[in-house]
Amino acid sequence: MTLAIDVHDLVKRYGTRTVVDKFSLAVETGRICGFLGPNGSGKTTTLRMICGLLTPDGGGGTCLGHDLVRDREAIKRRTGYMTQRFGLYEDLTIRENLEFVGRVYGLDRLKERVDQSLERLGLTTRQGQLAGSLSGGWKQRLALAACVLHEPKLLLLDEPTAGVDPKARRAFWDEIHSYAADGITVLVSTHYMDEAERCHEIAYIAYGELMARGTAEEIIRQSGLFAFIATGPGADRLAAKLRDAPGVSAAAAFGTTLHVCGPDRTALEKAIAPYRGDPGIVWEESEPTLEDIFIHLMGRARDNAPGA
Amino acid sequence: MRWFQTRRGFLRRLGAMIVKEVLQLRRDRLTFAMMFGMPIVQLLLFGYAIDADPHHLPTAVISADQSQITRTVLSALNNTGYMRFTHHPSSEEEANALLQRGEVQFVVTIPSDFTRRLVRGERAQILIDADATDPMAAANPLAAAGPSIAQALARDFVGPLAGLRDKPDSVEVVVQRRYNPEGKSRLNIVPGLLAVILTMTMVMMTALAVTRERERGTMENLLAMPVRPVEVMIGKIMPYIVIGAVQVTVILLVSRVLFDVAIQGSVFLLATGTALFITVNLAIGFTISTLTQNQLQAMQASFFMMLPSILLSGFMFPFRGMPVWAQWIGEALPATHFMRVVRGVMLKGAGFDDISTELAALLAMLLIVSLVAVSRYKVTLD
Repeated sequence: MTLAIDVHDLVKRYGTRTVVDKFSLAVETGRICGFLGPNGSGKTTTLRMICGLLTPDGGGGTCLGHDLVRDREAIKRRTGYMTQRFGLYEDLTIRENLEFVGRVYGLDRLKERVDQSLERLGLTTRQGQLAGSLSGGWKQRLALAACVLHEPKLLLLDEPTAGVDPKARRAFWDEIHSYAADGITVLVSTHYMDEAERCHEIAYIAYGELMARGTAEEIIRQSGLFAFIATGPGADRLAAKLRDAPGVSAAAAFGTTLHVCGPDRTALEKAIAPYRGDPGIVWEESEPTLEDIFIHLMGRARDNAPGA
Repeated sequence: MRWFQTRRGFLRRLGAMIVKEVLQLRRDRLTFAMMFGMPIVQLLLFGYAIDADPHHLPTAVISADQSQITRTVLSALNNTGYMRFTHHPSSEEEANALLQRGEVQFVVTIPSDFTRRLVRGERAQILIDADATDPMAAANPLAAAGPSIAQALARDFVGPLAGLRDKPDSVEVVVQRRYNPEGKSRLNIVPGLLAVILTMTMVMMTALAVTRERERGTMENLLAMPVRPVEVMIGKIMPYIVIGAVQVTVILLVSRVLFDVAIQGSVFLLATGTALFITVNLAIGFTISTLTQNQLQAMQASFFMMLPSILLSGFMFPFRGMPVWAQWIGEALPATHFMRVVRGVMLKGAGFDDISTELAALLAMLLIVSLVAVSRYKVTLD
């Protein structure tokens, strides 16, 4: 298997603040890798380093076999980067935007490609509309279409579905999967757990450091976390009481159920013991969810973070 | 009671708005600096730098007659304070060239028979050629010349010449207002306006064009694509060069048709100078955009560039009426040099040799500014 992304020990500093610290990541060709982590954890900075928008202060590696620092231009030509904020021109029409991108990449058969792209998007009839007049979901799909117009081998998507409704998100992810089926590698950052589960594999970053890596199942299996679910009237109200109890790393209410987890099974059981007697509430052990694990990792990373 | 309560609510909400506004204003350092810097700069410029009645204007003297009397005449002119004898050309051609290049404002010619005619009691003539492209700068010196000569000579006419004292108009000052014989100020203003309008639109347009990309977040997308800085720069500038060319054509046509300001010199030379000037301005605009964060700041910086271009370039006030420090600032502005090119070519029919220094200055500015622009514009977001 060849690696589409192979970077190691990437460091990025802004002044004295280290935003990304010794970050290493390898992604195989044709995989969809979900890039998760709390806000300000360095996801955008990492993506920008991978696509050549930022120069790393340390470390290096290759992207599609090209050196991250030396072959920036080659990487740009073969990579599609979708910015977090809508990066196309709101005062150009949908078609004009796509044509501009196509010309910058110097594509042949421009009209044909743009026509195909519009058709794939389902925007053929609206091609004369200004991009600024599109809804959030459509803007993101247009941005994605612009990203893949030059047939890149690697897609870097920075929170592409933030603020997009579930239906549009689903459509967006269907498109990502169809690109992956064509052999395109995708590295996509997101905050949505359901999206993380739609990825082939996940990389979790917190405070500039890679904290977990693997498929969703692997991460759950290797997490070393134990979880209990309480169901019944008033179970959700126990969250506030349990959250700071020793042995509990996270306690959260989901509707009427309560989710509690911790790294030490005995300590966790001890913490919930006082509430197990309530006859109306049913307790059962369960697998931790990805969210449980990420919140747990975030807490641990903060403890390790220098100066925190 | 109810009225009182709604009034209190009004004041509280108003107070909240005012506090918020002041906080935001305090964060925008550049705006803040502009608000206090601009009035001070304006005050200094108007108070110190600008003199609508310039003195010590460079003057060339051709004196074919050397006598005590001609010396008196020349020192009388010198004593008006308006003229400063800087050149002593040996021929009329040489003097004309000085006037054409704008190195002197006046040429004073004393004919060889001046003293002889005067002593004989005949009417003697002295010729003053004035560069009247700026009628304001020429008016007062010319008005002062005749009376001060007569006065000085009256003192000199002693002994055998005492009889001449009673002939007050024994010396006739013949004035030739060159390039603008009717002293129309619009002849001077229209070409100057060309420089001001171009500075105004070209600098601001490009400054905004690039900051807009950054403000709207499209710059990041652009940088992720394989487009080079020089391509972005030239691509952004090119459409505005065309717009600038159209502007110039319109201004020249309108001034021809409505104001009767014709181009005396070569249209090709004027076009070359204009193209150069437009490019310099666009490069400045581009540089501003790389130094500012948003469109508002870019706009303010453009204004900061424009103000001296109007006041210190010789557009509004005679360039030579300014103190030396203000003239140096003026020399650093492209508008000053372009103003000389346009006035030279349009009004004086100046050729390439006459304006080559100004063109060279513009070219040097273009090189320096472009270097700054390219070095400031980054391929990455670092």
